[in-house]
Amino acid sequence: MYAPGVNSSTTLSSSSSYNNDRPPSAEAVEVATDPASGGFFNSDYKKHDDLKQMLDSNKDNLKLEAMKRIIGMVAKGREASDLFPAVVKNVVSKNIEVKKLVYVYLVRYAEEQQDLALLSISTFQRALKDPNQLIRASALRVLSSIRVTMIVPIVMLAIKDAAADMSPYVRKTAAHAIPKLYSLDQDQKEELIQVLEKLLYDKTTLVVGSAVMAFEEVCPERIDLIHKNFRKLCSLLVDVDEWGQVVIINMLTRYARSQFTDPNLQDVDEDEESKRPFYEDENEVEEEQQEKRAPTLDPDHRLLLRSAKPLLQSRNAAVVLSVAQLYHHTAPRSEVHQVAKAMIRLLRSHREVQDIVLTSIAATATRRKVMFEPFLKSFFVRSSDATHIKLLKLEILTSLATESSVGIILRELQTYVAAHDPPFVAAAIQAIGRCASNIKEVTDTCLNGLVSLLSNKDQAVVAESVVVIKKLLQTQPSAHREIIIQMAKLVDSVTVPQARASILWLLGEYSERVPKIAPDVLRKMAKTFTSEEDIVKLQVMTLAVKLCLTNPKQTKLLCQYVLQLAKYDQNYDLRDRARFLRHIIFPADAESGGPTRLSKQAKKIFLAPKPAPVPESHFKDREQFQLGSLSHYINTKANGYQELPPFPLEAPDPKARDVETEPQVMEQAPLFTAKKVSSKKDSTFYSDTESPEDESEEDENSSDEDDDDDEEEEASSSDKDDDDNEDEESSGLEEKLPIKVVKSTAKPKSDEEEEEDESDEEDSSSESVSDSDSEDESSEPSSVPKKQVRNAKPAKESTPVAKPKSNLDLLLDLDDVSPAFTPIMTPSLGGFLTPMSTPSSQVKTQLFPDIQPASAVISPNTTSELLNKINSNGLEIKYRFTRSPHLYSPSMASAELTFHNHGPDELTDIRVGEKPTSGGVSIHDFAPIPSLSPGSSLMGTIGVDFADSTQPVNFEIKIGSDRTYPVALKVPVGEVIRAVAMSEELFLKQQGGLRGMNENTAKLSLTKPCTDLKSLTNKILTVANLGVIPNSDSSTLRFAAQTLSSKSTVLVSLLSSDNQNLTITVNCEKMVIGSMLITQLKACLAD
Amino acid sequence: MIHSLFIINPSGDVFMEKHWKSVISRSVCDYFFDHQRKASSPEDIPPVIATPHHYLISVYRSSMFFVAVCTTEVAPLFVVEFLHRVVDTFEDYFSECTESIIKEHYVVVYELLDEMLDNGFPLATESNILKELIKPPNILRTIANTVTGKSNVSSTLPSGQLSNIPWRRTGVKYTNNEAYFDMIEEVDAIIDKSGSTVCAEIQGYIDCCIKLSGMPDLSLSFVNPRLFDDVSFHPCVRFKRWESERVLSFIPPDGNFRLMSYHIGSQSIVAIPVYVRHSLCLRESGSGGRLDITLGPKQTLGRTIENVVLEIPMPKSVLNCGLVTNQGKYTFDPVSKLLVWEVGRIDVTKLPNIRGTVTNCHFSALYF
Repeated sequence: MYAPGVNSSTTLSSSSSYNNDRPPSAEAVEVATDPASGGFFNSDYKKHDDLKQMLDSNKDNLKLEAMKRIIGMVAKGREASDLFPAVVKNVVSKNIEVKKLVYVYLVRYAEEQQDLALLSISTFQRALKDPNQLIRASALRVLSSIRVTMIVPIVMLAIKDAAADMSPYVRKTAAHAIPKLYSLDQDQKEELIQVLEKLLYDKTTLVVGSAVMAFEEVCPERIDLIHKNFRKLCSLLVDVDEWGQVVIINMLTRYARSQFTDPNLQDVDEDEESKRPFYEDENEVEEEQQEKRAPTLDPDHRLLLRSAKPLLQSRNAAVVLSVAQLYHHTAPRSEVHQVAKAMIRLLRSHREVQDIVLTSIAATATRRKVMFEPFLKSFFVRSSDATHIKLLKLEILTSLATESSVGIILRELQTYVAAHDPPFVAAAIQAIGRCASNIKEVTDTCLNGLVSLLSNKDQAVVAESVVVIKKLLQTQPSAHREIIIQMAKLVDSVTVPQARASILWLLGEYSERVPKIAPDVLRKMAKTFTSEEDIVKLQVMTLAVKLCLTNPKQTKLLCQYVLQLAKYDQNYDLRDRARFLRHIIFPADAESGGPTRLSKQAKKIFLAPKPAPVPESHFKDREQFQLGSLSHYINTKANGYQELPPFPLEAPDPKARDVETEPQVMEQAPLFTAKKVSSKKDSTFYSDTESPEDESEEDENSSDEDDDDDEEEEASSSDKDDDDNEDEESSGLEEKLPIKVVKSTAKPKSDEEEEEDESDEEDSSSESVSDSDSEDESSEPSSVPKKQVRNAKPAKESTPVAKPKSNLDLLLDLDDVSPAFTPIMTPSLGGFLTPMSTPSSQVKTQLFPDIQPASAVISPNTTSELLNKINSNGLEIKYRFTRSPHLYSPSMASAELTFHNHGPDELTDIRVGEKPTSGGVSIHDFAPIPSLSPGSSLMGTIGVDFADSTQPVNFEIKIGSDRTYPVALKVPVGEVIRAVAMSEELFLKQQGGLRGMNENTAKLSLTKPCTDLKSLTNKILTVANLGVIPNSDSSTLRFAAQTLSSKSTVLVSLLSSDNQNLTITVNCEKMVIGSMLITQLKACLAD
Repeated sequence: MIHSLFIINPSGDVFMEKHWKSVISRSVCDYFFDHQRKASSPEDIPPVIATPHHYLISVYRSSMFFVAVCTTEVAPLFVVEFLHRVVDTFEDYFSECTESIIKEHYVVVYELLDEMLDNGFPLATESNILKELIKPPNILRTIANTVTGKSNVSSTLPSGQLSNIPWRRTGVKYTNNEAYFDMIEEVDAIIDKSGSTVCAEIQGYIDCCIKLSGMPDLSLSFVNPRLFDDVSFHPCVRFKRWESERVLSFIPPDGNFRLMSYHIGSQSIVAIPVYVRHSLCLRESGSGGRLDITLGPKQTLGRTIENVVLEIPMPKSVLNCGLVTNQGKYTFDPVSKLLVWEVGRIDVTKLPNIRGTVTNCHFSALYF
């Protein structure tokens, strides 16, 4: 049968004899619906004849039409290889679209038709010499994509040529071609690496991304190729395209792990304890730490972290996650938390992104709880989430649970149990179990909650709860006889095999606690034995054996019966188990001689105390893989995964990264291009060097200063430096005459020669300098006096001066850009309007990068009256401090106002009238209320900056046009501070600095003794907005906060000598606040 | 990196495939179909599937699956982001991205895919560059091309490709220079049974439509930039300028794009403009249940709230709803069990209310 097919006619007139075979109408319809259809079921070998004819014709539009249909077939995965000869001829077509489609076809089928594909090669070779860079590039692209081993030498030559091409676009294509050729012929590796080395030296952002990609695919082990390019890659990173950024950051992570020492090595951290086996004793450790605190990060390591940090703001989730993993794997512990916020932002992206980011967070959270604690609420499950997202969020919530946050989490989990999604409900119940066993304080509450779930209507919920309770009881079986009895009762009703098995195991294990019930349950189970699931049958046997050992009188016969039943079971596991148990318990069956050795020990074997299972995150073992990699996600090593090496104990020689004065040039490469378009060169330049990157910790200063020095050097613009650079470049680039001329007219020639000598000198001296402040990155000045001058000048004050520095290399690249070339400005640079001010505000806020604002644990419910209904003829206003930062300014405390109209009339236009202006006190009004009808109430929020005093703030409330009421907002001292989180070490350090006048101490004895200090936490937190400091010592409690306005630290510690007597210490710069706070705390603890 | 791409429609047909390296048989998609069968909804298919020799990374957009096949280690997010970028580009080109649109423009789609990746590594993903390389189809151009015999493919390299602002094409000219900015803010909140907010977050976007000639350099400043807690930018925004003075300074791409998005986390207070008071009882007498929902404004800063739509996913057992509203219309879809109530504007004097009965199927009936 003939199926009408491809051979459509449309306007085709030359269909000759072929057209006579069948009615043309049928195909016309087919073609109209889908141009690429047909041909698939066509067994006729002449099927593509019309296409061939069209391709052979000399009209471009016919060819194009034919090619389009062929591409349609390729796109659908249909076989079109028999057209190869007809198509390949058209590789010479002048029509660019036909040509492109032919390329696409060629790449797809060349592998199958190697001989014919060779016909096209000469065309590409010609195109490789074309003056148009686009044509050169696309010829190389296609040539390298043709997977025919015969042409390897040709491609090799083409790549070598292209790698030295003038156009960066062609060089980029060359970089892409390298892995292609490598996959075709592995023997070319050495030669390809040589080309690659050249491309890695490239300074254009367009090329480096692709070059690093090729490096990763071809020779990821040749880390030595990176040394010289490391600083350049760091400085160009921001301007590389987003895909290149991901590849570069991933590669540099590995690089950092192999070249720098572990920045966390000196930290005392229980997790990392094992990593320091070479220390001999504690004292030595501490000494070592004291010493090691100061030296810290390698400046290059710091450079890497700093250049990657702005990319956290990228719109591309992959870039953000790769920066996150860089910090996770290489940054000092105190800095890792910076990436948390950006990762949380990604959770609002597509479902797939969420899934991958949550997996990464789940793995990170097992090790770095503190990092994600402030964002706890972002992991609350939404009903619209997909199931796997919900499960991941649950996983994270349980990992993050701590004593202070477990309350909120448990409340959420409780809601989840009522959800409609069975796997999610099951996971929620397990999560409750994990919280219960991880945090001892809530074990009892959780257990009670789970027990109450046993009476749930839903079978699945009951079953899951049973399983979880079983695990929990194992940790502390002593006190829970009732629960076991209740579970035993459930055997009648629960049908889920997993749950039944758990109950039976529990009864067997703790049978001595329920001596009456266990045998009875066994009796019942023996009755239904045959109809049970396998897993239940196994447990019935276990129960029978255990009872037989503890209570043989009642159960021996039952046990024999059960084993007998199992002997004839269909499942061989069961039969096996039965035989094995029988020989231990009833050895007499086999041999008549008394009890064997095994059976004497039977009790010890079966009733051995069993360790309780430790519920652990199954994300814990992912630590071995690089975060965010495919291997990490699937938790198995993927093909081609590069292991992250452990940090070396001794850093390899950092000199390897020194590039004689060159990195400096690179750093300014984008700079200079920006200058080309802007008239105000100076400001552009300055913005780049003034990297407002925070860092005020002592240890970081060293590296920062280095940079400052560099900048200063440039900024103060001793003409000399500039000239140096220019010389170096110009000397190597004689052919760039046009620009050279322009430059050299700017200054006398003799001067230039002088400088040249000096620069040589510098090069040699820079080698010898080991760790003076001015680093190898900058050109070390030869004259000592000059250097002193420079150091004396503070970096921040240096005035920007226009700097005619040139980068001829870059110009070289730009020269062959097509005429319609666009101004070049990089986003990382400020453009010409960038200010020169120092970002002082940032410096201030980052003064203690370790102190993080934390969210209030408790928000007090006590409301006070602001305006009495009698005074105001009906309007009552109440206020309550919410302890959340006010949106308008972080120094404001926000208070929630509740307006209630008790009067008979409608109140209109309620607003704030006159406000205080003195003493730094300020108020951010609540939104005016247009009208408040009688009996109704409304809420509003007001922000008040109390300027760290507890004086009531007086202002006016206006109603309508004429009524004005003065009010006073009183603030308890606990509300003018804000909770912060810091490490215990830092707390102690800060406390050490706040002694003497700043310290208030009080002693008091509790009316009733408290067994656990932690129970006092809630009391304290209700009175004051304090953050709990994680604490190893159980006899002390520590809290920290900052005053809202001046950000002075407030530290509270509670020490109990015994259960009755407490010592409270409050350290605060503001003495008034300190003393008031201590009075308040005393009052609250006393009652 | 990315080896091949398969586009799969909801009925499980691979209707387009593209290979950037050697050809991988489409039978690899069978692993994907296995997972599809197991998942209760398309949303539940894991984005990364490991098979013995390949790794399938997929995204689900406009009811199609875009399945990328990788053979070696690659950052999964890299592939996911790229696939989303592909779909975004299609949407940009064809104004929507559906199966029929892709089938209709298969040549342009194929050319685009060819330009976007080289050997599995992204080459040109900026829509402005792509549009210069391959002209987006429109009716006028189709007619013109038929008459003049010209094509959609350009023969010169877009200059943007080489500059440091690859997102903007050169030689843009408009007679009317105009720029539009849309601020979109979404509040995500979880509210518990008693009506108090458990957590609330704001996600905001600034979307632009810029039609300006030449090479404009714009700055956008905000009255209170401190509110932007956590931001992410289009690559055109200068980081340093934002860091130092909180001003957005940028050379915009031509056309539509998302300038920035910001996120205000759950630590800050987020005011929710409406509250919902509900009483819902699914099984009251026999098979019927009752539903009564009232909407009201809350912390609106004096503005009226418009275009309110309430969506309530009902449990699977609900068969139908017989409700009366005092404002707006409601619809109930018995298949997806989604009750949608289009309220419109909230009038403070007469709060919108919906009440009535819900019909349940009998649970006991299920057992027989």
